[in-house]
Formats: sequence, C-alpha cells, structure tokens
Amino acid sequence: MSESPIISLRDVRRDYALGAERVHALQGVSLDVVRGDYVAIVGPSGCGKSTLLNLIGVIDQPTSGTVTIDGKRVDDMSDREATQFRLRNIGFVFQRFYLMPILSALENVALPMAEAGVPKDERVKRATGLLTYVWLGNRQRHRPSEMSGGEQQRVAIARALANQPKLLLADEPTGELDAKTGTEIIALFQRLNNDGTTIVVVTHDEELASAARRKIHMRDGRVVDG
Amino acid sequence: MRAVLAKASLVRHRARTMLAILGVAIAAAMLLDMVMLATGMRESFRQLLLTRGFQLRLSPKGTLPFDTDATIGDVAGVMSTLRRNSDIREISPVLGGSIHIAVGGRDVSASILGIDPKVQGDYEVLSGNDVTAANAIVVNARLLGELRSKIGDTISVSTGYDPQTRSYSGQRALVVTGTVRFIYGASDQSAAAVRRETLQEMNAQLPTRAGDRASLFMIRVRDSANVEATRHWIESQLPNVSALSIATAIAQVDQRLSYFRQLSLILGAVSLFVGFLLVTTLVTVSVNERAGEIAVLRAIGVSRSHVIEQIVVEGVFISLLGAIIGLALGLATARYLNSILSAFPGLPMAIDFFLFQPRAAWSALGLLIASGIGAGVYPAFRAASLPIAETLRKEAIA
Repeated sequence: MSESPIISLRDVRRDYALGAERVHALQGVSLDVVRGDYVAIVGPSGCGKSTLLNLIGVIDQPTSGTVTIDGKRVDDMSDREATQFRLRNIGFVFQRFYLMPILSALENVALPMAEAGVPKDERVKRATGLLTYVWLGNRQRHRPSEMSGGEQQRVAIARALANQPKLLLADEPTGELDAKTGTEIIALFQRLNNDGTTIVVVTHDEELASAARRKIHMRDGRVVDG
Repeated sequence: MRAVLAKASLVRHRARTMLAILGVAIAAAMLLDMVMLATGMRESFRQLLLTRGFQLRLSPKGTLPFDTDATIGDVAGVMSTLRRNSDIREISPVLGGSIHIAVGGRDVSASILGIDPKVQGDYEVLSGNDVTAANAIVVNARLLGELRSKIGDTISVSTGYDPQTRSYSGQRALVVTGTVRFIYGASDQSAAAVRRETLQEMNAQLPTRAGDRASLFMIRVRDSANVEATRHWIESQLPNVSALSIATAIAQVDQRLSYFRQLSLILGAVSLFVGFLLVTTLVTVSVNERAGEIAVLRAIGVSRSHVIEQIVVEGVFISLLGAIIGLALGLATARYLNSILSAFPGLPMAIDFFLFQPRAAWSALGLLIASGIGAGVYPAFRAASLPIAETLRKEAIA
C-alpha cells in the first residue's frame, strides 16, 4: 500500500438550508486517505457521513475548505469538469442499487464505458470480465427485476468499476440486503481492496465497518476519531 | 446508448406511452386536417381553374362568371377585338341558361351551356359523341337519369317554361349524343350542353335573351405572354367586361375564405399546442418518477448534455410516432369529411375541401417534431439540473 494520499480534505464545511434553518452538515473536517486504503465512515444518522462521501465523490461542493482527489482540487470544479472527473476516477455504489431496470446486467455495467467512449467490443469484453469478477458471469443477460438484491448490488459494484476508477465510494451498500447477502458484499469489497482498489464506505453495518482497514467516526459534522 | 435508454424509459410504462402517442396522433391528425383545410380549397380552386388551361375569363362588367344572368352582347365584335391581340391564342365563348324538358307529365329543369365544341373547356365527354351537329345535346349522368333516356334518343328541349299555363317556348328537338362530366358542375346539378348557335336560336324566341350573346369568354394566352398585361389590355379595349385572371380569381377566393382559413389555422395551432402540452406532461411525469435514476446517471459520470439528449429523444419519439399515426388518421378523416362536404348542394364536385399537399403535410410533420423537441427540452433541462447529492438524499428519505 502506497502512503501518498488519494483523498485530502482540509477544513471542509458544508452548510445547507433546510426550510428557514441553516444546517451545518460538516463543520471543519480535515482528513487524508492513502491510496489502497479501505476506510469505513461510521456514526449516528445525520452526523454528516453521506455529505462527506458526496464531497469526496464530487457530486456536491463544500461551502468552504478544500477537497483534493488524486492530487486534483475538486471543490471548485465546473459541472462539466466534475462529471468527467467522476466518470474517469470515481465509482459509486448506492444503497438502492439504482440499476436501469430495462437494461440487462451486461448493459448496466457497460453504461459508464459507453459514456467514456469505450468501443462496443471492448465494452462487452470488459463488462463480461467484471460480471465474472463479481460472480455473475452466468447472469449477464438478466434484467435487474430477474435478480436478487445481492445480485443487483454486485451488478452495481461491477458498474462502479467499469472505467477502472481510482476510488470506489459506497453509501450503505448493505443497507437493503439481508445478513447473508450483506456478507457476500463485504467479502467482495475485501477482495477488491486486496486487488488494489481504494474504498471508502459509509455504513451503519458493524460487520462491514469492521472489515475495513480504518474506521472514521463522525459526530455532529466532525470527525471525532480515526 | 441514449436512444436505448430513451426507448427503455418509454417501454417501462407501455400503456401510458401508448396513450400519449395516441393523443399526439389525434392532435397531429387534427393539425394535418386543418392545414389541408386552410390551403385545400384555395389550391383545389386554382387547380380547377387551370384544368383546361384557360388563364383568363371575361364576364359582364362588375360580375363574376355565372354569378348573375347578365350576358355580354355582340359576341362576334368581342371576338374580333380579342383576336387583335397576338398574345391571345384561343377564345371560348360560353352562353349559360336553363332548359325545361317534359318527362311523363312533369317538368324536368336543368342548366345548359352553349359552347363551341372545338374550344370548350367546361366538360369532358364520358361516352358517346360531342355536340358536333346543330341538333345534338350532351347531358350529365344525373340529367340522363331524370330523363330516363339513353344516347341516341331525341328529346324536346325548351328554353322557356310558364308553370301556370304549363306551356313551353323556345322548343327544339335535340338528339342526345353523349354523356359528359361538367368540370365546374355541382354534384346535385342536372346539366346539358349544346352548340352556342343552337342555344341562341332557341333563345331567339325569347325577347330578353335574343341576339348574339355570351355569359362568359374563356381565354387561353400564349405561354410566353404576360397574363396580367393581357387582362389590362382586354379591360381597356372592352369597357363592358370584367377580365379575371387566375391570380385575381384566387385573390377573390382568398378574400372570401379568409375567416375560414384563419379559423383553420387557429384550430391547427390549438392542436399543435395540445400535442406539445401532452408530450411535455408525459415526459415531465416520467422525469419526476426517475429523478433518483437520473441523479445516479449523473453521479456515475453521464454528462448533463447526454441526459438532456436522452429525454429530448423520448419527446421526439412520442411526437414522431404520434405524427406518423396522425398522418394516416388525418388523411382518412380528411377523405371522409371531404366526401361529406363535397356533396353540399351547389358546390363544384371538383372542389376539394381537404387537399393533400405533400409540402403542407411535411410542414405539419416538421412542426410536430419541432414541438416534440421543444416539449422534451423543459423536462430535460430540469432533469439535467437536478442537484445530484440533494436528489439522492431525498430519494433515500423517500
């Protein structure tokens, strides 16, 4: 594992309006994550975990402070730059899978590659390889509705890996799965990390958090430990 | 991939998509019919006037052809004057009137034209022969049916009839030599034609219609001639006639039909707007339902422009399919409505209310597709502008 930080946050604040009130979701978070690490962000609901993950994933911008990913400032990127950055560098896994219901598993995995301009033959080859990697080599032509929750989440993980991202971010990836299926996802994340993928996961799942190399505890918009 | 995703989102709610396409098809059919109606009568009238290639029509001063019983006297003098102009190639004088024929104790009346068979432009012979002899008469199918006659029969035709005394005047025995279709005739009109000299002879017994007269002169000018200049020349030479070119006739028709055309255009615009609203509503509802999905697409790196394209494609797909179905539906309804309207009494059979003009149809189709693009643009921009993190947070709470 290399020690150069792939994620670096300095005094990051994120406020947003909630009706007439102003919510301080993050209050001066500073954090470094090194390349190849596997980090679990834990804490009670509303402590700012998902907000932190959104900032690292460049789908939100901080009110103040700096966010650097792989040596690049991402906190002041334009929408176009941020979109390209996400496409090439970041893989997202969501609690609700969010697969395109009418597309097959293979097409879902190939979707980000199509966006990145990967030729069709290459897309199919890579998507097939990724589905095999997540133990779904025999389910390529199936649609999400024909798959279990665990299988759908594994397709979502394969989709997140489609453009060989430097960083895999997961927001409660086991939140909608039963314990057995959740264990499969945890094993998959460990395997991915062992193969060199940097992973940041937000979770309430103790088992998933324990599988990470590092645990970051948050409370009231601040990192309190880790 | 955008087209695949657009198709996927439409296929997901098949029934809703089908209903929207049907709605657009009805709006498209209505739009097409209104476009056909707005331009159809004018174009059909123009084509009717041009059918036999006569570019000018002369009628008694201040009247339209056959608008009144007024006639132009001294036909030979008028012809002589007209022949002085080398641009005038052919002159066809027509004398209009009415005839009466006693059939089994009842009176059958019909309109009649006195023409010169060599240059006439009022009818086409369907069967038998034209009026080459002085005692020949050609009739349309309706009159032939009323007379219960056939080609070769001799009938007694009168130009005058007194219903009180049931007496006929200007009577002559004529042989039915053929059946014809009158180009400007109405479907409910019984009509016949004889040589103009024959009709003049029959009229000679009627003091008010006697003499060398014509109701109308139809004139062909040379291809290289300036029709309007010829028209002005005629009016300057013959002060007792009004010369009407196709352009001036159409201008008059335009004037008479302007309210009708405006109403068609307004109804067409309403149809277009209804189609636009329908597509906008459907795509907006669809986008709202897929807010989370769209936010995820944006999160995994799908660009704003590609999201917009995908959603606009949905709008275009609905509009295009609706337009194609609407085109067929519009043509079918136009045909049906045309058959009803064309049967109205007194209207020339050849006038079409709904005339299919490819250019107008493509324009309507183009307008619909443009409105489909427009309908997709608002929800597309709305979807592409969704704050990703905020949308995902709301979805998670929901």
